Amino acid sequence: MTDIGSSRPAAQAFELVLDKGESRVAEFEVRARSPLQKLQHFLHANPTAVPAIVLLLSVAAFGFTVGSRFLSMFNLSLIIQQVTIIGVIGAAQTLIVITAGIDLSVGAIMVLCSVIMGKLAVTVGLPAPIALVVGVAAGAGCGVLNGTLVTRLKLPPFIVTLGTWSIFFALNLWYSASETIRSQEVAKIAPLLQALGTPVNVLGARFTYGSFFMVGLVALIWFVLNRTAFGRHLYAVGDDPDAARLSGIRTDRILFSVYVIAGVICALGAWALIGRIGSISPQAGQTANLDSITAVVVGGASLFGGRGSIIGTLIGALIVGVFRNGLALSDVDVLWQEFAVGWLIIIAVALDQWIRKVSA
Amino acid sequence: MSTGSNVPGALPLLQARGLNKRYGRVTALDNADFDLYPGEILAVIGDNGAGKSSLIRALSGALVPDSGEIKLAGKTVAFRSPLDAQAAGIETVYQTLALSPSLSIADNMFLGRELRRAGPLGTICRMLDRKAMQRIAREKLTELGLMTVQSINQRVETLSGGQRQGVAVARAAAFGSRVVIMDEPTAALGVKESRRVLELILDVRRRGVSVVLISHNMPHVFEIADRIHIHRLGRRLTVIDPKAYTMSDAVAFMTGARAPIEVAAASA
Repeated sequence: MTDIGSSRPAAQAFELVLDKGESRVAEFEVRARSPLQKLQHFLHANPTAVPAIVLLLSVAAFGFTVGSRFLSMFNLSLIIQQVTIIGVIGAAQTLIVITAGIDLSVGAIMVLCSVIMGKLAVTVGLPAPIALVVGVAAGAGCGVLNGTLVTRLKLPPFIVTLGTWSIFFALNLWYSASETIRSQEVAKIAPLLQALGTPVNVLGARFTYGSFFMVGLVALIWFVLNRTAFGRHLYAVGDDPDAARLSGIRTDRILFSVYVIAGVICALGAWALIGRIGSISPQAGQTANLDSITAVVVGGASLFGGRGSIIGTLIGALIVGVFRNGLALSDVDVLWQEFAVGWLIIIAVALDQWIRKVSA
Repeated sequence: MSTGSNVPGALPLLQARGLNKRYGRVTALDNADFDLYPGEILAVIGDNGAGKSSLIRALSGALVPDSGEIKLAGKTVAFRSPLDAQAAGIETVYQTLALSPSLSIADNMFLGRELRRAGPLGTICRMLDRKAMQRIAREKLTELGLMTVQSINQRVETLSGGQRQGVAVARAAAFGSRVVIMDEPTAALGVKESRRVLELILDVRRRGVSVVLISHNMPHVFEIADRIHIHRLGRRLTVIDPKAYTMSDAVAFMTGARAPIEVAAASA
C-alpha cells in the first residue's frame, strides 16, 4: 500500500503508444442516408416546416372536399378572425413553453382582465383608456404572482398556474358577480373596448383590427426571440438552466419577466376578446387555456423547453382553425371536431419525438 | 518545457485563503488555500470527493464560500455569480461544458455577453449585432484551429463531443483575459482530441493567460503543468514541481498513501 503508483507506468506506456498511433483527429463517417432519414434531418433543421406542410395539406384537403365554400376569401379570412384569440394567447404560451414551463392560467388571466376593463369602464364609469390601462396592469400583476411563485418558491410552473388559474377565475366570478355586460352597453359607454372588433374589408376578405393586432404581436415577438439577447436567453434557460446560469445569465430574472410578459399579452388578448364577442362575460374564453397549448404543440414547440417558434404557434393556431372551420362546413358534428383536434395534438407530439431522435 | 514562471515571491494573480464551505454535515472546503501565478499552468489534482470542484466553483463565482478570502491581483474580490468572475477576466470551462444545445455555435460563444447594434437599433430596439458575433466567433475558432465545422450557425446539438469541447474552450479562451479554468477538459475526449486540447492550453498560456487545469489524467498533468496543486480532504495538501516528483508520488500524496515531506520547498 505504500506505493499505489507502482501500477501506473504500464498505463502511461499504453497511453504513449496510443498517442503515436492514430494521426487523424476525428473522422466523420459519411453514411448514405435513406430518404426517410433525409426527411428527418430536414425537419430537424427546419422546425416550422412540419406545421407549414400540415397547414397547406389541410387547406388543400378541405378545399378539395368542401370546395369553394371553404376556399372563398370570406371564409379564409373568417378563419383568421376565429383564431385571433388563440393566436394572441398562444403567443404568451409560446414564450413560457420555450423556457420549459407551462401556463395553465392564461385563459383565466384573460377573462379576469376583460371583466376588470368592462366593469371599470361601463359600471364604474372610468374613461375607457384608463380602464384599458388598469386591465393591462392587472394582467401584469397576475404575471408577477406566477413569476414570483415559480422563481422564489421554486414551485413547478404546472402546479403554480393550476393554482392561480382557480384563484384568478374565482376573482373573476366575484368581481363580475357572474353577470355579463351586454354588447350594446359596451358600445354605448366604452366603444374603445370593442375597437379591435372593427371590421376591414379587403377584396371580399373580411378582417378585423384584431387580426392585424395578432399579426403585429407575432412579428414583435419574432423579433424579440430571434434578434435580441433576451430572446436567446429564453431558449438557453429552457434548454439547460444550469448551463445558462454558468454562462452568466440571470435565469430567475428571465423566468420572472417571461411570466409578467405573458400576463400583459393575456390582458391584450382580453381587449381582443371583447372586440371579438362584443359583450363581456365571466364565462367567455373557457377553452383558451388548452387551445393555446394545442396551438403551441401543433406549431412544433417542445414542452421540454428550448425548442419552438412564434411563427410555428401562429401556424398551429391556423391549423386548429382550419380543422374546426372545415369540419363545420362539412356538416360534421362538433364532437368529431374535438375528436380530430385531439388526434392532431397526439400526432404533433409523436412527430416531435421522432424528429428529436435525429441528434442521437 | 515549462516557462518557469513559478517564481516564489512573485505576486500571485489569483489567491485564496481559508475558504470554507459546508453542505449540512458535509464539508466540501476546509480552510482551503490556493495560489495561481501569472502565466503559469497550475494543475489541480485530488481524489474524487476531495473538494476540487468546490474550490473551482468558488474561484469561478458559481459557489459562494461560507468564509475565506479570494484575491485577484492583490485585490480582495467577492464573486456572487459567474458573471462577476467573468467581468474580472476569469473564464471557466465546466465539465458539463455549459453550452445550450439548441442554440448555434455563435450564440453559445456570446451567451450572456451578446453584442448589440450600434445606434438606436441597439440601444432602443436592443437589436443584436449578429454579423459581428458570427465574424468574431469564426475568427476565434479559426485561431484555435477548431474551424472544422461547416457553419458557425450550426446548432451545438449537431456537433460531436470533441467539437462541443472545442466551442467551450474557444469561448473561455476568447474572453478569459486573466485566468482560464478548465475542469476535466479531456475526460470525454479521444486520444487525439485530447492532444488538441492540451495544445490549446499551451496556446492560452503563450498569450499570457494563466490556466488552472483540473484533471485525473496524470500523464497530461505531468506533461504540461508548471506546478501541481494536490487537494485532499477539502484543503490544499501541498504543491509540487512535476519535474521533482514522479506520478507515483503524486498519486500517493493524493490518496493519502504517503505524506508529503517538504511542503514549502515544493514550489521553489
